[in-house]
Amino acid sequence: MSEVAAMHAGAEPQETPLTPESWGKLGMWLFLAGDAMTFGCLIVGYGILRYASTTWPVPAEVLGINLTALMTFLLIVSSVTMVLGLSATQQGDLPKFKKFMGLTILGGLIFLGLQAYEWTHLITETLPHHNLSFSKDLFATTFFVLTGFHGMHVTGGVIYNSCVLAAVTRGRYEAKHVEIAGLYWHFVDLVWILIFTFVYLL
Amino acid sequence: MMTIAHKEPNYMGVFWWLLILTVLEIGVIYTPLTKMVIAILLVSLAISKAALVALYFMHLKFERVTLGVVALSPFILCVFLILMLLPDIFPR
Repeated sequence: MSEVAAMHAGAEPQETPLTPESWGKLGMWLFLAGDAMTFGCLIVGYGILRYASTTWPVPAEVLGINLTALMTFLLIVSSVTMVLGLSATQQGDLPKFKKFMGLTILGGLIFLGLQAYEWTHLITETLPHHNLSFSKDLFATTFFVLTGFHGMHVTGGVIYNSCVLAAVTRGRYEAKHVEIAGLYWHFVDLVWILIFTFVYLL
Repeated sequence: MMTIAHKEPNYMGVFWWLLILTVLEIGVIYTPLTKMVIAILLVSLAISKAALVALYFMHLKFERVTLGVVALSPFILCVFLILMLLPDIFPR
């Protein structure tokens, strides 16, 4: 090890006006920005294809919005339970954290169950009824790619939150780790808010 | 590293706003307005909801400007993408 490296071994990087409050948080934000670019491209692609198409069906008529409104409500509630869980860890209230984190994970699981139900219903009944199919129509293909990509993120979030719950329970993780996991979960909620509007309502 | 202390936001207040805006969104599609007006209202409501989540649940309102810049960077790509793809919709 060089003399300079040995001198600075284990030292925090020097603080600058750009130094974030937490390097872990900055790392998560950078990841989310990259992820948002992917979602942004998918949503813009969906919009451009839809606008250029002359045979695009009215999404609300094909997809229905009652179930997805419930799914939106679920994700919003799970975001609230996530922040309440973070608040509990900041106050050192472990039982309260476990309760709220458990509810967040449950919210994610119910969301995934409802999405599986929606997809099954669409593939077996609704799409054939409207003479649409998964692989032949741009509407169906872009819908499944976009909602599927989001569903994978929810799955990842449920696994991530479960790991954080276990680690906090064992005393290995603290509030700052919960906050970083929360950023990911709120991002998933935020993206669904946009998907609900651009794909289902517009 | 410096930590930024801030007062805890009113999370339940944000929740109720998100719920009200969602109900408004669903109500808007049943109003007898023109498609363009409905689209503008829906996009405005969606952006408001997304901003509430980012500012309060993700604490962006209380973070350094750096994180705000990182968070807004994907929009630059989206605008660029729309501008690049517009000729496909409106060919010369």
